[in-house]
Amino acid sequence: MTIEELERKFQDRIDAEEKIEAKDWMPEEYRKTLIRQISQHAHSEVVGMLPEGNWVTRAPNLKRKAILLAKIQDEAGHGLYLYSAAETLGVERDSLIDDLHSGKAKYSSIFNYPAISWADMGAIGWLVDGAAIMNQVALCRTSYGPYARAMVRICKEESFHQRQGYDILLSLSRGNAAQKRMCQDAINRWWWPSLMMFGPNDAHSPHSAQSMKWKIKRVSNDELRQRFVDMTVPQCEILGMKLPDDKLKWNPERGHYDFGEIDWSEFNNVLKGNGPCNKERLADRLNAHLDGAWVREAAMAHSEKRARRTA
Amino acid sequence: MKNWPLFEIFIRSKNGLDHRHVGSLHAADAEMAIENARDVYTRRMEGVSIWVVESKNITASDPSEAEALFEPAMDKIYRHPTFYDLPDELKHM
Ligand SMILES: [Fe+2]
Ligand SMILES: [Fe+2]
Repeated sequence: MTIEELERKFQDRIDAEEKIEAKDWMPEEYRKTLIRQISQHAHSEVVGMLPEGNWVTRAPNLKRKAILLAKIQDEAGHGLYLYSAAETLGVERDSLIDDLHSGKAKYSSIFNYPAISWADMGAIGWLVDGAAIMNQVALCRTSYGPYARAMVRICKEESFHQRQGYDILLSLSRGNAAQKRMCQDAINRWWWPSLMMFGPNDAHSPHSAQSMKWKIKRVSNDELRQRFVDMTVPQCEILGMKLPDDKLKWNPERGHYDFGEIDWSEFNNVLKGNGPCNKERLADRLNAHLDGAWVREAAMAHSEKRARRTA
Repeated sequence: MKNWPLFEIFIRSKNGLDHRHVGSLHAADAEMAIENARDVYTRRMEGVSIWVVESKNITASDPSEAEALFEPAMDKIYRHPTFYDLPDELKHM
């Protein structure tokens, strides 16, 4: 078969909602797009543990500490599911991780903001995980089988993340004046970066059209962002807090909330590496990797030695 | 250093059900693969038994040959009970 015929057959399968599996023929660009997107997603799960790790030893009580640890452990698992899905496309895990450490691969910019108070653990769970879930639920129907299955597994675990975050803010919102201030302050800082998590406006999203055609992506950036806003506003009202946007208003004609313009210059600046924590996050990640090298080597030496002995 | 070997993980969610493929992970050896699989795939009591097998030991059929491979089953519709047109009076069979 010629490349054109193979590509046509491939697109027919996609159009018929068939899932593509690891050993199936696929266009090189489809493979590359998936590797880039899945590994970027995996890196985000892994780097995402850092801002929260910052608070494990300072959680206000043992219950909160245990919950936060469990949440962070889930994120490590999510990273693993996604790296495994990327590996089915024929890349080596180590090369993906090298790309993260060298700065060649990206991770979600949201994790380049600092988590400066306990309330941030609440805002991250509620808003950041909330935005991630919105995106991930849509990806459960992505055309690549191993990616879709990883997403289903992740979504099952995510809803606890959002609820525990909301629960933290709920406690603070019912607390004393200082606690309420802390709660509002965290929401103020995390709201706009959370909206940016959905990526550029559709008109400025260069890869989107092809990704939608291949059904790697199922719902556009702007539509997901709108769904997130619509879902979050009433939740914020229950907290008795305010979202930091004067233009936020219910629009009965559209049946959606209108909201203000995102400051894309900030987004691009953080993306370029100039966010408050870009350097710190990457350095922490790299150090963790290097500090663990002897453990990985020792484990391998141990298993090789044992294999020799039983041989 | 090179990657640890890749293992495929199969989990039995409860007795009476088959082990099912759930994903893969890297580990130095099979024992570590089981421990890691416990941590990664059964954090919410999703399993009562784990199988691990090194991915390189799995031989898979070739999807581009699927048509030829499964063709012999295609034209033998008489293997299905619905193939037989039996009288309506025959209630349970
Ligand atoms: Fe996650
Ligand atoms: Fe999460």
